[in-house]
Amino acid sequence: MPGLGSRLGRGGATTFLQDLANSDCIVIMGANMAENHPVGFRFVVQAQERGATVIHVDPRFTRTSALADQHVPLRAGSDMVFLGALIRHVIEGGHYNGEYVRHYTNASALVGDAFRDVEELGGLFSGYVARERRYDPASWAITATPGGQPSKDERGAASDPTLQHPRCVFQVLRRHFARYTPEMVADVCGVEPERFAAVADAIVRNSTPDRTTAFAYAMAWTQHTTGTQMISCCAILQLLLGNVGRPGGGVMALRGHATIQGSTDIPTLFDLLPGYLPMPTTERAHGNLAAYLDDITVDTCGWADAPAYTISLLKAYYGDAAHPANDFGYGYLPQIGGDYSFQQMLIMMRERVIRGLLCMGQNPAVGGQNARLGRRALGQLDWLVLRDAFEIESASFWKDSPEVLAGEIRPEEIGTEVFLMPAALTPEKEGSYTNTQRLMQWHDKAVEPPGDARSEAWFVHRLAQRLRELYADDASPAAAQLRALTWEYPTNAAGDPDLATILTEINGYRVADRSPVSGFDQLRADGSTACGCWIYAGVAPQPGRNRARERDPSGPAALGWGFSWPANRRMLYNRASARPDGSPWSERKAWVWWDDAAGRWVGHDVPDFPVTKPPSYEPPPGARGLAALPGDAPFLMIADGLGQLYVQSALRDGPLPTHYEPWESPVGNHLYPAQPRNPAAIPLEHPENPLQSPQDPAYPHVITTYRLTEHHTGGGMSRYVPWLAELQPEGFAEIDPALAAALSLATGDWVAIVTARGEIRTRALVTARLEPLTVDGRTVHQIGMPWHFGYGGIATGASANDLTALVEDPNSRIHEGKSFACAVRKVLAPGPGAPDRWARDGERGDG
Amino acid sequence: MSDWLHSLRRHVGVLPNPPSRRTLTLAPRIADADVTVSVCPYCAVGCSQLIYTRDGEIVDIEGNPDSPVNAGTLCPKGAATRGLAQSPLRLTTVKYRPPYATEWEERSLDWAMERIAQLVKQTRDETWTETDEAGRRVQRTLGVAHLGGATLDNEENYLIKKLFAAGLGIVAIENQARI
Amino acid sequence: MADSAIAFSAKPNFRSEAVGFLTDATLCIGCKACEVACKQWNDLPADNLGPMTGMSYDNTIALGAETWRHVAFIERTADESAIGSPVTWLMLSDVCKHCVNAACMEACPTGAIIRTEFDSVYIQPDICNGCGYCIPACPFGVPQLSAAGAAQKCTMCYDRLRGGLEPACAKACPTESIRFGFVEELYASGVARIAQLRERDVDARLYGDRMLGGTGAIGGLNALFVLNDAPETFNLPAAPDLPQRIVPRAFAATAAAALVLCAAAIAAMQERS
Repeated sequence: MPGLGSRLGRGGATTFLQDLANSDCIVIMGANMAENHPVGFRFVVQAQERGATVIHVDPRFTRTSALADQHVPLRAGSDMVFLGALIRHVIEGGHYNGEYVRHYTNASALVGDAFRDVEELGGLFSGYVARERRYDPASWAITATPGGQPSKDERGAASDPTLQHPRCVFQVLRRHFARYTPEMVADVCGVEPERFAAVADAIVRNSTPDRTTAFAYAMAWTQHTTGTQMISCCAILQLLLGNVGRPGGGVMALRGHATIQGSTDIPTLFDLLPGYLPMPTTERAHGNLAAYLDDITVDTCGWADAPAYTISLLKAYYGDAAHPANDFGYGYLPQIGGDYSFQQMLIMMRERVIRGLLCMGQNPAVGGQNARLGRRALGQLDWLVLRDAFEIESASFWKDSPEVLAGEIRPEEIGTEVFLMPAALTPEKEGSYTNTQRLMQWHDKAVEPPGDARSEAWFVHRLAQRLRELYADDASPAAAQLRALTWEYPTNAAGDPDLATILTEINGYRVADRSPVSGFDQLRADGSTACGCWIYAGVAPQPGRNRARERDPSGPAALGWGFSWPANRRMLYNRASARPDGSPWSERKAWVWWDDAAGRWVGHDVPDFPVTKPPSYEPPPGARGLAALPGDAPFLMIADGLGQLYVQSALRDGPLPTHYEPWESPVGNHLYPAQPRNPAAIPLEHPENPLQSPQDPAYPHVITTYRLTEHHTGGGMSRYVPWLAELQPEGFAEIDPALAAALSLATGDWVAIVTARGEIRTRALVTARLEPLTVDGRTVHQIGMPWHFGYGGIATGASANDLTALVEDPNSRIHEGKSFACAVRKVLAPGPGAPDRWARDGERGDG
Repeated sequence: MSDWLHSLRRHVGVLPNPPSRRTLTLAPRIADADVTVSVCPYCAVGCSQLIYTRDGEIVDIEGNPDSPVNAGTLCPKGAATRGLAQSPLRLTTVKYRPPYATEWEERSLDWAMERIAQLVKQTRDETWTETDEAGRRVQRTLGVAHLGGATLDNEENYLIKKLFAAGLGIVAIENQARI
Repeated sequence: MADSAIAFSAKPNFRSEAVGFLTDATLCIGCKACEVACKQWNDLPADNLGPMTGMSYDNTIALGAETWRHVAFIERTADESAIGSPVTWLMLSDVCKHCVNAACMEACPTGAIIRTEFDSVYIQPDICNGCGYCIPACPFGVPQLSAAGAAQKCTMCYDRLRGGLEPACAKACPTESIRFGFVEELYASGVARIAQLRERDVDARLYGDRMLGGTGAIGGLNALFVLNDAPETFNLPAAPDLPQRIVPRAFAATAAAALVLCAAAIAAMQERS
């Protein structure tokens, strides 16, 4: 998310799935789209049938590779070198779209004198604070303004439109990637130069004014300690090629849960408020509203209106208790002051900082990293409320976890009070999901939930009502925020809150008459409007109207089907689908263009641009907000309106993507031997989270974890469903034939896979779809393991996450599940801690 | 004789076989069912589904042909959505495990809700932090946490963040979307 | 966008208007949506709950009484011994062929198996007595006995067809690897598809059409397949035929063997005497 957000302005996918059918070349990298998004993949097949080239770059030969025109196996964790080499190829070969790059990116901006690249400092950018494993980004600033200070408004900053100045972003970028050669790709990724050349040729050939290339990625880019920069590297490449904001182009972020996009838009995340407003934090001195707004407001782009969005949110939260005299209730909001992201939460639970957990529709005992530590952490809680449709592992850990079955811990020693609350499923409730393309769709309620099963809306509403009663007479400061909170939702006989009322609150309304707003442009910073999530403004623009529930599929962008944030725009940055002068790049690739006679942007989509701002517009001095951006600046949420080939401070590990090895890698860093690992990555220190050294000889193989078509995430929605369980009834690890031969392993045999976190035992599936790669002059084997399995349900198996480590990408704080190092050996039985069933089955095929 | 042999070679039963009464009246079970438009609960592609119900029971779930995303198609998980809702392992009652117990106990929903509310209040009050060590007002509790959201509805996530963060000062709120 | 409810009305039994499937291996992503959509619509139980087979990603193994669509996974390398040898992973969703001349129907002594107005072959569950004669008769091994003792196989969603709905598998298929329609039209599409694939150097062939021959006295299939390898690769017989066609040959061979034995016996007796 920050990978795209920092370069393009918004973290969401830049385009929509149907648009992939318009691509001339689709590169699927860091994703296994046919397996994990089969229905989305039909647009890839459609493009291919129309002649598009489909390329799959992935460590494994998967069901995606089976249909791709080219499959390029590379070592898991080496993607940045491959992408960097594509950037180098595009720059050195002159294959970039010069007009696009000059007008729509910050290529011409000059980087300040103080900046030092990793090439100069052996793998570190300037500003590294080693003691704190972080960067001070001051030296990364793009030119000093005349006043000498780095400016939040880069307009007017010095620049070189010829792109020749040695300090201009284009040249800095060029030097940064100079050593990412095809030979380096061969050495680091294990990809032969011919295979790399074929991919580079296909991409370049299909990135012209008349042709476009799209990239699709998923968790196999995200889940690395360098994941954010991998995604941001792709954004740089697509900007250079002029593919962002154009039909058949862009970067398709493939997300994995029904509303994983929605749950960042309206976040259940520790560091965000709705609409990507940051959570107030003591780390940035957000002590009062003015300080907070000063920090988050950017005068010269869409974020100029951050005060209106923030104050409208406070009005939605605190109603009449939010007024100018009390900073609109800003003081009621809690302040964060550290990292409380998921992996840190596990440690906080383990160390009894967190004592009570409400877990809804997530299965950390299987899906969480270092799941063994995670299960012990659950056992340290005073109480756990777990809401799910099934008795998943996170509910039953105290009686049937591997640790309990192995006798390491007894239920009588686990003090957690557990409430397993039956949850309603999608068909049993109404509400909206936001899919991978930012499309909000409403699902109607078909049946009542069974028995005592209830929706989360019911649960939270009931809990809120009861807690307000419990705190009604409490005069303590702790009670003040709850008493200030608005919670007046109409309730039906079954106790469910009225969802239309909640949707209207999310959409925003005028406080005076509670009439809904029809767009975020109507939100005000004076307390006259309330809005629960400003980017969703317009989804319920009139009383009784719910655009997420509208279902008109007509038109190339299907603008009447659901509601796509922001403002129902389907392709972000679509101003860039036209040339700087407003005309389409080509007739074939026309999407949104300037109609001079009408004096407005027209086309197939809602323009992601002020609709009457002409291409020739130049902002007058002192202009604010979108008026401060010229008519050829397509990236509205960035201070200069330009795609960021170089970011000044938005990323914690550098302004440019750099290859570092995974935290645990059997291979050294070829580019920067002194810096094997991302210097800003965050390892979590805990005795139960031991981390391996770089190139630890005890762990010689690369392991990568992934999903299968037949199952879903931690298995809570698939391993308990007979029709899905039978399709993949058991966990397994995929092992290449050469390694299998060396270990005398056959398919069906049991293997032990070992990391510093421990050992698990699972079945071997020997397959040539994994091939050993020659990296750094030696053979590297890669092991693949689906992470769906656990000990509960119908389809069972050891959990791959018992092997993963708690270590964070510094930007997204995600773990590194896609590449770490392990050892493998053959064993004869599933071992202690395995359910009896496995042991019986274990008799089969053992040598 | 040869005709007889021929028919023997072609067929040992009655020809043509008559359709049974059941066969003659065969019709799709959704012909007279109610239909509701839904969205697939699994991945983020967002396939539109048609849920057919009769007498309050789901009788069929299939893809919605009108959807520009899935045009009536589904993947195996989406196609199994009825199996998800009607799984024999589905929970329908509250299960409660007291501290150090070795087995689940059955409890009523009302009892569980009251107990949970009491525990949330108790833990929150015990761990409430008005100001941090530097004296800055933080108005929070680290003692209670929330996990989950990417499989819930947007409106539910809104209520969760609103109640837990803005109303209770819970800051450790996380879901699967840490990307 | 794909049609879900293909509009067609029940036609009289003209074989030229028969409906069926065209299943294209080159578009199959092995997702198994067809398997689940079939089980969901036809209320078929999960019948194979482990352990894993180890046969690539195939855990349903074969068509059966409770599995009426089955996705085969064929994983091969050009050279098993060479590292980096190109891998191919073929996938194909198999199904009852709804033969033009159906051996199962001809073998059925109870009249349970009928040819419908759509030219599909349907086992009437209320008539079938579970004798199992249809099972060895089928040259493709399609019908099987359920746990309850009834012969079962794909019905081509006969109930859905009656209501103007396409079969569940074809509707669910995300990549249009499974298409449903009039066999004549599917045949034309199949032929065109083969030509297109051959232009792309794919070793493509159309399996099961009466116009092409190759199905002996079966006279063609109402479920056609676009294959990108030999039929045997997908566990389909290269030259399927009606079993009774084999009877005369088998009879003649047996008779010949008997004659030889007879002659040998006579000769032996003569020697002894």
